[in-house]
Amino acid sequence: MADAMKQTGQEASNAAYGPPPVIGPGHTFASVTEKIASIVLRKGTKRGWMVGFGLSFLGMLMMLNTITYLVFKGIGIWGNNTTVGWAFDIINFVWWIGIGHAGTLISAILLLMRQSWRTSINRFAEAMTLFAVACAGLFPALHTGRPWLDYWLFPYPNTMGMWPNFRSPLMWDVFAVSTYATVSALFWFIGLIPDLATLRDRATSKIRKVIYGMLALGWRGSTRHWSRYETAYLLLAGLSTPLVLSVHTIVSFDFSIGIIPGWHATIFPPYFVAGAIYAGFAMVLTLGIPIRKYYGLDDFITNRHLRNMAKVMLATGLIVGYGYAMEAFFAWYSANTYEAYMYKNRTTGPYWYIYWLLILCNIAVPQLLWIKKYRESTVMLFVISMFINVGMWLERFVIIVTSLHRDFLPSAWTMYTPTVFDFTMFFGTIGFFLTLMFLFIRILPMISIYEMRTMVPEAKLKSEAHASPDKPAMPPAGGPQESPA
Amino acid sequence: MSRRDLYENLAEIRAQLGDKRGREFWRSLDEIAETEEFREILHREFPPQAHEWNDPVGRRNFLKLMSASLALAGLTGCTVQPKEHLVPYVQPPDNMTPGLPQMYATAFALGGVAEGLLVKTYDGRPTKIEGNPDHPSSLGAASALAQGSVLQLYDPDRSQTLGYIGDTRAWGEFLNEIRAAVDAQRAKQGRGLRLLTETVASPTLGAQIKSLLADLPEAKWIQYDAGSGDGPRLGAQMAFGQFVNTVYKIENADVILSLDADFLTQGPGALRYAREFSRKRSVVDGRNEMSRLYVAESMLTPTGAKADHRLPVRSVDIEALARAIAVKAGALSGDAPQLSADAEKWAAAVAADLKNHNGKCAVIAGEHQSPAVHAIAHALNNTLGNAGQTVVYTDPIEESPINQIEALRELVADMNSERVELLIILGGNPVYTAPADLQFLDALRKIPLRVHLSLYNDETSEYCQWHVPEAHYLEAWGDARAFDGSVSVIQPVIEPLYNGKSAYEVMAVLLNKAGQTGLDLVRDYWKSKIKGDFETVWRKALHDGVIPDTALPAKTVSLKGDWASALKPLEAATGIEIVFRPDPSVWDGRFSNLGWMQELPKPITKLTWDNAALMSPATAVAKLNLAPEGKPYEANGKMIEIEHGGRKISAPAWVVPGHAADSITLALGYGRTRAGAVATGIGYDAYKLRTADAPGMAAGVKVTVSGGRYDLASTQSHFAIDGLEERQIIRTASLEEYKKDAGALFHPFHKHDPPKEMSLYPHYEYNGYAWGMVIDMNSCVGCNACVVACHAENNIPVVGKEMVRRKREMHWLRIDTYFHGSIDNPQTYFQPMLCQHCEQAPCEVVCPVNATVHDAEGLNVQVYNRCVGTRYCANNCPYKVRRFNYLLYNDYDTPSLKLQRNPEVSVRSRGVMEKCTYCVQRIMHAKIESEKENRKIRDGEIVTACQQTCPADAIVFGDVNDPESRVSKLRKEPRNYGVLAEIGVRPRTTYLGELRNPNSELGSTGQHREGHNG
Repeated sequence: MADAMKQTGQEASNAAYGPPPVIGPGHTFASVTEKIASIVLRKGTKRGWMVGFGLSFLGMLMMLNTITYLVFKGIGIWGNNTTVGWAFDIINFVWWIGIGHAGTLISAILLLMRQSWRTSINRFAEAMTLFAVACAGLFPALHTGRPWLDYWLFPYPNTMGMWPNFRSPLMWDVFAVSTYATVSALFWFIGLIPDLATLRDRATSKIRKVIYGMLALGWRGSTRHWSRYETAYLLLAGLSTPLVLSVHTIVSFDFSIGIIPGWHATIFPPYFVAGAIYAGFAMVLTLGIPIRKYYGLDDFITNRHLRNMAKVMLATGLIVGYGYAMEAFFAWYSANTYEAYMYKNRTTGPYWYIYWLLILCNIAVPQLLWIKKYRESTVMLFVISMFINVGMWLERFVIIVTSLHRDFLPSAWTMYTPTVFDFTMFFGTIGFFLTLMFLFIRILPMISIYEMRTMVPEAKLKSEAHASPDKPAMPPAGGPQESPA
Repeated sequence: MSRRDLYENLAEIRAQLGDKRGREFWRSLDEIAETEEFREILHREFPPQAHEWNDPVGRRNFLKLMSASLALAGLTGCTVQPKEHLVPYVQPPDNMTPGLPQMYATAFALGGVAEGLLVKTYDGRPTKIEGNPDHPSSLGAASALAQGSVLQLYDPDRSQTLGYIGDTRAWGEFLNEIRAAVDAQRAKQGRGLRLLTETVASPTLGAQIKSLLADLPEAKWIQYDAGSGDGPRLGAQMAFGQFVNTVYKIENADVILSLDADFLTQGPGALRYAREFSRKRSVVDGRNEMSRLYVAESMLTPTGAKADHRLPVRSVDIEALARAIAVKAGALSGDAPQLSADAEKWAAAVAADLKNHNGKCAVIAGEHQSPAVHAIAHALNNTLGNAGQTVVYTDPIEESPINQIEALRELVADMNSERVELLIILGGNPVYTAPADLQFLDALRKIPLRVHLSLYNDETSEYCQWHVPEAHYLEAWGDARAFDGSVSVIQPVIEPLYNGKSAYEVMAVLLNKAGQTGLDLVRDYWKSKIKGDFETVWRKALHDGVIPDTALPAKTVSLKGDWASALKPLEAATGIEIVFRPDPSVWDGRFSNLGWMQELPKPITKLTWDNAALMSPATAVAKLNLAPEGKPYEANGKMIEIEHGGRKISAPAWVVPGHAADSITLALGYGRTRAGAVATGIGYDAYKLRTADAPGMAAGVKVTVSGGRYDLASTQSHFAIDGLEERQIIRTASLEEYKKDAGALFHPFHKHDPPKEMSLYPHYEYNGYAWGMVIDMNSCVGCNACVVACHAENNIPVVGKEMVRRKREMHWLRIDTYFHGSIDNPQTYFQPMLCQHCEQAPCEVVCPVNATVHDAEGLNVQVYNRCVGTRYCANNCPYKVRRFNYLLYNDYDTPSLKLQRNPEVSVRSRGVMEKCTYCVQRIMHAKIESEKENRKIRDGEIVTACQQTCPADAIVFGDVNDPESRVSKLRKEPRNYGVLAEIGVRPRTTYLGELRNPNSELGSTGQHREGHNG
């Protein structure tokens, strides 16, 4: 809190000079590079990291055990049943895919829109995207009865002369998600190249030099390199942009193409995309706030970043709320028995508490973001983002399970009860995700060094030297400001 | 692969041999080819131990399995291995093509009474039971129990060795000992010999027993059958002074009154009665008359569900109601007993309606009702002029009708006074089924020598020195009378798997004719009876499944003048009553080790794997406080304790809409202690409360709530539904409404089917056949026969209670039950639900790998090999008829169960989706036949398994492209509608809405706008 207070004070003093900066005062090229690279290149590993990584790794082991048992025994170890054919598996899939949306949005769309504040969060948001997509991908791959035959979903030449069914939204999913995963990985990796070169140059040990050297693909930082690099990066940003919209649109088709009341809705694509961005930003905050605190990155991930993300969440949250309202409206307006019952069952049926918890988490609590004080408070933002993470999971539960468990013929209605393996699989993927996150922050620069360098006043000074002479010449080069960590 | 093929493939075998390298030896040609068959032979060296466990394999089961393996592995050395012929047919038998099934006529006896069957066998393996169209009791249908009995043949838990106090003995040793014992009895005229059998309606066996009794005049023969009551026998005695067999002509009856009789699904002749009933109520082809059915009963039965007016009344109060109706109809003089206002009104209307239909009505008393009720029913039928019209009397079909309970009581007394020296029990399980107060077991142990012949080494075998494994009816010769007296020869279709002996063969031993085979015995008996050329008649009888001219002639009996004087004064039976009924799936316990039957959802309750204490919502809420007001279903599974006659049992409660108040129905057949791996220890044992004085029902029991819960597995959840009316899944009307405007109620304006063009995807063109099905809900009696037929035909796995509880049962066909109206006396509707083969099938669109596709004849085909198991199709199915193999449900390990499987249907493995195929294997079979003859498939040539066995003829299958086909004509009926057709899936299976024929005097029952689901 004390840090926050201090920051607020600093920003207030900067307010006189235009919008608050996206980087703390007093930074130079050298200090930025030093600060970010040192997290990766320092000798020895911090105890806190070890503990966090250890716990996450245990979670990942739990997931691996579950998967092994699952493949040997069959997905009957989960709680899915004849009526509720999809449950935790697809809930988790959609949840993780949703989380995976913030990265690309921040990297690509905000880049194209020249939102310079994205710079300090894009790298780890992209990493988060990638890891979330990896977690998401596990579920459709493993939720099938015979996972060893999953490759049949790909259109490959085969002796059976069989194509997949191009009418099936699951088929579209395969393309959408695999494209998204590929493009996100490429985008992330390309963004890393200049920084990998920096690490190569700064590394002291031989092994690091070799590994970072190979990953840097011979980057020398020549003007030609930079020119081609910028073009490639922009092109990829252009390529990723439609993906932000398409992936969750297509994931929403899994439901809206179906005929089940509660699935069959035209509002799903926009409402799912907004939900995904909502979830993604919540997750960025959930991860970003502790990392910023732990590594003392307050200067790079400033309160302005947090505030902006809070505003995005508030906006997308309202879109999601509109989606819920429209579901209710159409249940009534369509005069369709099944739709009406679906909504009634959601709100008052046996899973009523899930629905109202969802409203609490996704609609009620985030309204606190209207209040400036809460947008400024890291603690409040963290708490609210956790609410949204939970709420978005509940939203998928409501859509998938409560729609299926009571659909058309009452004779088939039933309840869904998860088993212990549903939970070990879900929490296991969280462990897997965090394991990857911990590895990422340890071995790769979690904030883009070269892009941050463009943020320091030095850069501005050099590029605008003659355009704005009235800017004060800011601190002299050198004098890296080590964080207390 | 048959051995014949094997030898034809010698070239291939040589090639395989050529590939072998090094020290690889082979033992026979079979092994080289690595055929299933060879493995089969290898397996048979060891008795099969693996079963479907009731619960997942736990430590206890594992230990049991291991110890059994050890024990039985030792035993195999003692038995002679069956002969294995390794030579192919030089000249194959006529009409036999390997791989093509053959049908043999035989019969299945329950309570001694025969049901004519055809058994489908593949290369000598019986795989499926169907009804025999030439048999008067079957007319082509087979009951659920009869169909399940084929699994009993292969039950790995069947008794496999002859034993003396646990030791394995040879048949010869048994012969010596039993002969000595009988000879000893012969010296004393058989004074110490008792023979205990189940009800015998087999002429041959009857003659054998009678001849033994003639030899040993002081020996006694006792018959005891827990599944049927003494009421019919004693009631006839009361009314006519003699035993008679009553046959109903339902097709002649315009008004039927059932007094606690579930005549459509249980008891002798049920299949026939269901057929006649449905014909009488068939409102198709312009016919618009139906009979009217009144049912008074305690537990809601399928018959009660079909009633136009049903009165829930305690079983003990049925007599009062019957007397009131008899008084009003003029069959009984004196004062009518006091009834409640509802019952009074009901009785008056029924009596008036009966009187209006003199000679065209029938009163049917329930098998388990008291003799008095039967006598009153006889009196009513006689007074109303039904005798000879709708009710026909014949001589008894039983060989020797007796008061079974009294006979058993006498036997126990004899045993206790140590007058019995040798007891021979042929079939049955009296230690388990005898009335509790007789203390049968204690008495049994006083007998020096006890012999038990039975299919299983069961509760009774445990206490008999000699246990003889019984041959299954598909393994042994025999004969039995059907409900009308027609005799069927029970023809074996397979050699005894475990050297079992039939009751006939054991009787031959007692008669010192041990060398005679079952075939000799039955043939010799009939040789003396059949007139004309014996061989011709005999062969025809075997082929047709019924011996000609053996149906018993109708006989005229007259009511005793003073019959009414035998009626005891009515006692006011207060308090809660308990009613004992054989379980609809496992009967008196004899089918309890069959996974199919355990998993078969019982009619109305939809319970599987357990019995429960069935009670009315009012009793559960108001009387026992098991559930809060308005939420009676919360009582389900709560434990209660029932005390009667000083004995106590604990049972889980289950609320049944329409059950009579203050009445609890207990199903027999559960709580067994020695039944096999499937059945031991499941459910509670209701026999513990059943006394000799009140074998059918008892009032004034003490019921306490013991607290605690028990998890019951039901396949249909229970809850009130709003808007069920709106869904119009069940469309129904009264006959009057139908006559006024046939179509209106079945096609409400807001439920129109969307036009064909209203679809994103193009429509399929069907140029050849287009298969379709129509199910007449007016006919369906909810008897479950189709569910078992589907199970047997399509190799559907049994998943066990835990999986049913998790809602993963695999039945391709289920019978949905819906209630309408007040929860205390609702109207009940059955709707068989199976894949609807939609023309715009939602499942086909969403499968990513094209594993479910449309074929050129409109079938929605599931390709198991292609299925990866995303379950998207099942989610998107509005009927929820798709079934997913969440785990490996099919038993891949038990060798004997493999023999039962239908070779024409794949055995599905884990991870694939499955569902009704419209019996595509039968369609293909007909197609091949028709193409061989270069013609189109004839209407009615393809009969699906469910259709084939339906006693009510409710299911019709055929080509909807052919305007002349039966199914096309039914689809034009005004009652025809598609369930959920308004969502645009265009189902190929359609339903004919149900009609009821209410009596205007009673008003239409329960037309409240409230639905609930059970």
